[in-house]
Amino acid sequence: MTDFFLWIALGLCILMFCPLYRVMFGPTVLDRLVGVNAIGSKTVVLLLLIGFIYKRIDMFVDIALAYAFLNFIAVLAASRYFHKRKGLYEESFLD
Amino acid sequence: MDIFVICLLTIGLFFFFGGAVGIIRMPGFYTRLHPAGILDTMGILVMVVALAIYNLHQLTFESVLLTIKILLIVFFVFLSSPTATHSIVDAGMRAGLRYWTKKKEKE
Amino acid sequence: MTVSTRSPGQNSCKQTSGYLKSFFPFLITFFIMFLSWIVLSGKFEPLLLWLGGISSFFVSYYFYDLIFPDFKLKYFTVFFRFVRYIPWILFEILKANFHLLYIAFHPRLKEIIDPQIVIFKTNLKSDIAITTLANSITLTPGTITVSANSDGVFKVHALDRQTAEALPGVMLEKVAKIFGEKI
Repeated sequence: MTDFFLWIALGLCILMFCPLYRVMFGPTVLDRLVGVNAIGSKTVVLLLLIGFIYKRIDMFVDIALAYAFLNFIAVLAASRYFHKRKGLYEESFLD
Repeated sequence: MDIFVICLLTIGLFFFFGGAVGIIRMPGFYTRLHPAGILDTMGILVMVVALAIYNLHQLTFESVLLTIKILLIVFFVFLSSPTATHSIVDAGMRAGLRYWTKKKEKE
Repeated sequence: MTVSTRSPGQNSCKQTSGYLKSFFPFLITFFIMFLSWIVLSGKFEPLLLWLGGISSFFVSYYFYDLIFPDFKLKYFTVFFRFVRYIPWILFEILKANFHLLYIAFHPRLKEIIDPQIVIFKTNLKSDIAITTLANSITLTPGTITVSANSDGVFKVHALDRQTAEALPGVMLEKVAKIFGEKI
């Protein structure tokens, strides 16, 4: 079962490259924010899987919970910050 | 029981895969949000529930407490994910980002 | 605020009833806080239980009006109706997720989707009903709530025409029935 968890974790890591592409080449700032949010939601599951692989789930579940909280607050703060940013309208013609 | 967990994990991975493909292929910012915000939430739901079921293998009091803690993650994600998506959309709307429509393609 | 016009007897009478009213929200908040302390810590040593009890007492003493602003018996029926709403919304989310997966893997993606913004007005009054409806609309794939204000005006970004036409639909009726409001 541990091997299977390892393969699933590897698949999640590979899937993270798709939002990473969006983070690096996204036309607007908010596209990058969407990518960061998607990577964060995959990382929560990845942390739980790592906990099962190392057999220390009692420790890693706290880390996963804290990571979910931090991801939510980071996205909320960043999106509030970009309210007043000028030039997003012009950037949206790039794609 | 193990087979059930394996099936659920694979389905969750498939949801995540759909979300990742959607993020890359969709045109425009607002349409990209749909797979990013929601297919990922579904993936988290399915995979975390599978891990919680797997955690119930040895039925002791501590493992039941841990399972409740894992299910707390699902509860929190279901509260926070729509809020985060809504706040990103709101930021885009207030900054005046256009949304992709079909008519733009025809012109 | 000026309270000088009231007689002292009336004032104290109102205060005692106020204390009684705020006692039940305090008790429920204390219970929830202590339960979450136990679940999150997972240890049952007496010192840790005492610390948890003291901290959850302070939290519920200062923030008793945050979760339940006032105590009514109505909240229990609302809670049970809300629990019955959860399986339906989960099934709805699952059904709509497969629709979104179909769109994401479709080879001619730009021809299927037709993004548009729908604005509709509802008669929902309370904040929690509006929040529940907005979050349910966002969780159902294909639609994202752009803005919802306290007058009940919703602005929704829909992915294709099929999901746009399905709005507001059955979901609004169910949410209105939960919180006992007119549509």
